[in-house]
Amino acid sequence: MAVSPGAAQPGIHPAEEAVVDVHSPVAEHVVELATARKDILRIATAGSVDDGKSTLIGRLLYDSKAVFEDQYEAVARASKGDFVDLALLTDGLRAEREQGITIDVAYRYFSTPRRTFILADTPGHVQYTRNMVTGASTADLAIVLVDARKGLLEQSRRHAFLASLLRVPHLVVAVNKMDLVGWSEETFERISDEFSAFAAKLQVPDLTVVPISALHGDNVVTHSPNTPWYEGPTLLHHLEHVHVAGDRNLTDPRFPVQYVIRPQSDEFHDYRGYAGTVGSGVLRVGDEVQVLPSGLTTTISGIDGPRGPVDEAFAPMSVTMRLADDLDVSRGDLICRPGNAPQVTQDLDALVCWMADEPLRPRQRLAVKHTTRSVRAVVKELSYRLDVNTLHRDLEAGELGLNDIGRVRLRTTQPLFVDDYLRNRVTGRFILVDEATNATVGAGMLTPAG
Amino acid sequence: MTSPDYRLTQLETLEAESVHVIREVAAELERPVLLFSGGKDSIVMLELARKAFAPARIPFPVMHVDTGLNFPEVLEFRDKRVAELGVQLVVASVPDAIAAGTVKEEPNGSRNRIQTPVLLDAVEEHGFTALFGGARRDEDKARAKERVFSFRDEFGQWDPKNQRPELWDLYNGRIHLGESIRVFPLSNWTELDIWQYIARERIAIPPLYLAQEREVVERQGMLYAVNEFIRPRDGEQVVRETVRYRTVGDANLTAAVRSHATTVEEVIAEIAVTRMTERGATRGDDKVSDAAMEDRKKEGYF
Ligand SMILES: Nc1nc2c(ncn2[C@@H]2O[C@H](COP(=O)(O)OP(=O)(O)OP(=O)(O)O)[C@@H](O)[C@H]2O)c(=O)[nH]1
Ligand SMILES: [Mg+2]
Repeated sequence: MAVSPGAAQPGIHPAEEAVVDVHSPVAEHVVELATARKDILRIATAGSVDDGKSTLIGRLLYDSKAVFEDQYEAVARASKGDFVDLALLTDGLRAEREQGITIDVAYRYFSTPRRTFILADTPGHVQYTRNMVTGASTADLAIVLVDARKGLLEQSRRHAFLASLLRVPHLVVAVNKMDLVGWSEETFERISDEFSAFAAKLQVPDLTVVPISALHGDNVVTHSPNTPWYEGPTLLHHLEHVHVAGDRNLTDPRFPVQYVIRPQSDEFHDYRGYAGTVGSGVLRVGDEVQVLPSGLTTTISGIDGPRGPVDEAFAPMSVTMRLADDLDVSRGDLICRPGNAPQVTQDLDALVCWMADEPLRPRQRLAVKHTTRSVRAVVKELSYRLDVNTLHRDLEAGELGLNDIGRVRLRTTQPLFVDDYLRNRVTGRFILVDEATNATVGAGMLTPAG
Repeated sequence: MTSPDYRLTQLETLEAESVHVIREVAAELERPVLLFSGGKDSIVMLELARKAFAPARIPFPVMHVDTGLNFPEVLEFRDKRVAELGVQLVVASVPDAIAAGTVKEEPNGSRNRIQTPVLLDAVEEHGFTALFGGARRDEDKARAKERVFSFRDEFGQWDPKNQRPELWDLYNGRIHLGESIRVFPLSNWTELDIWQYIARERIAIPPLYLAQEREVVERQGMLYAVNEFIRPRDGEQVVRETVRYRTVGDANLTAAVRSHATTVEEVIAEIAVTRMTERGATRGDDKVSDAAMEDRKKEGYF
């Protein structure tokens, strides 16, 4: 909705706000830091209930000075114990504050001179796993918190597994509450080893383990004197420096057509453009391209970006493609390169994370949304259900219940243009929607058949 | 423009994400409408909508919930912008609703609350199924929890404890008759992002956002410009001050701030510097120690 009338920004006393000399050298430096060209790192926290996810995010915000004084004071007033509960900085729903738990994802923003961060604080409670998946689905990096006293719990494993399933490229295990185990190196090493053993069974491309105290701030922003035996980076240092440039697929051009632009004005009488977001790869003016499902080929005659024509477009740019030939192209079609096309298929083999109370069962009908294409599907087969603790495959499972993960085969009414999720996160994913309730009931990640 | 390693900057990433969201709504929902107040966030949202469909026109109307308490500069700006873009403007008028008896004026003179039924009535009358709003998640705690596609039941209600999962950028816009989706394309933008984008794209904004000498009265520590809706009360002194507005809400309630920022770049500088100095001054520059927290506790926070 519109900006609420008279709403002052938090922490700013309106009449005094701006009485500063913005041309002083100090001010110029501050402005330079605040407005420098940076990239964005999206982070999701994960882990079991009460492991300290919200506290950690509160700590990161507070120590990086992203919290205004009056926000801090409000949190201090609302805190029940004998310390300031930084978790309240993100637990904003009334029910969350009353119960002291996180129910739904909260997004927070902060930046350092090096990077801008979008933090998704996700709930640990098993009942709200789908909200954790929501927060983690867009993440570049997931922080799985582990309570040093409790070690790896089922929920820590589930979340680490979900992060790997979603192909979150970077994983950090933050062994938290080190203050409560006397800063024991041995405890840290034990949890670290246990996790590494578990992670070996998953596909975790990049794993870092850090001992922290979210409550007191040890090894979050500054190195802790309490852990002299730890020589790795602080958490924030790692977040600022983790190398993400190689995370995207820049080799396989995939452009799902989202919207057809036809101005029908005198000035742009013949203009016909195909708007969309580049899913992966790079597309250039002059490239020979193939359009699916027709299979016809043509060349890119122009690419219009947000600031006019550009020579090339790459993920995740939102652009409009113009093609040399007058083909029949509509929403849901996909532009790729001849010789590098996704698989065109009506049979989907996927790992599905089920998010509804009503279980998924064979022969069930569902709506599928994949890139910009919506089709209907029937569940042909439930191959197995995964035990998130042991990763054991239960081949006898007859259904997937709420928060279960299993391998499913679907048959769709229309072909989809798919890649394995491992190779391409954009064309390898889909959501499942209940056609009666319209609820989003599942997340699917395509895997090779067989 | 873009670096050779094929990475987008922060603003380019946010822009691409917003354009994607806006196109998705236009493609999937039957009757979208964009809420346009003439404030900076909705101005940026409208600009992103323009980019999303250029060189074609924006394929949906814009709606202004008119409280009847507008700064004249903002109304002027609204009409000019709408005319430039050739989009249809729907006005949902609070004064008309008061006259018709569908809502009642609140005793405190604020029309903040009563604009909601006026909005919902207009949505029903026009059959709008998707409403674009310019809210950002950094604005407040409840907003920080909201999805980009935020489902509303037939009463326009939000159920924060039972939101649809929202995976990747695969938005679910399916609704039944009478239900609607509120869409927030600026979800991941911060206030500073908005200003930087306005500067970078040279987007026109109402003059109220820039500092100018105005006649003001001070009321409970806030500066209010004297206008049609704000008259000096007994004992209040009218003084001339150089001020600008941070938000442009209702003219009877919105306070101005002292400022020398006459350009957008200077506004950005003031925002950036104020944030830093404010924190620096109140909590020490470098690191926040436990002692600082302890001291606060001792001062009686709980
Ligand atoms: N001693 C100590 N307590 C901590 C630490 N981190 C968190 N806590 C406490 O642990 C409790 C749970 O913390 P939260 O941050 O709410 O946990 P959470 O992981 O966000 O919980 P959910 O979101 O409900 O899953 C709170 O009482 C915190 O103050 C730590 O490093 N040391
Ligand atoms: Mg939490």
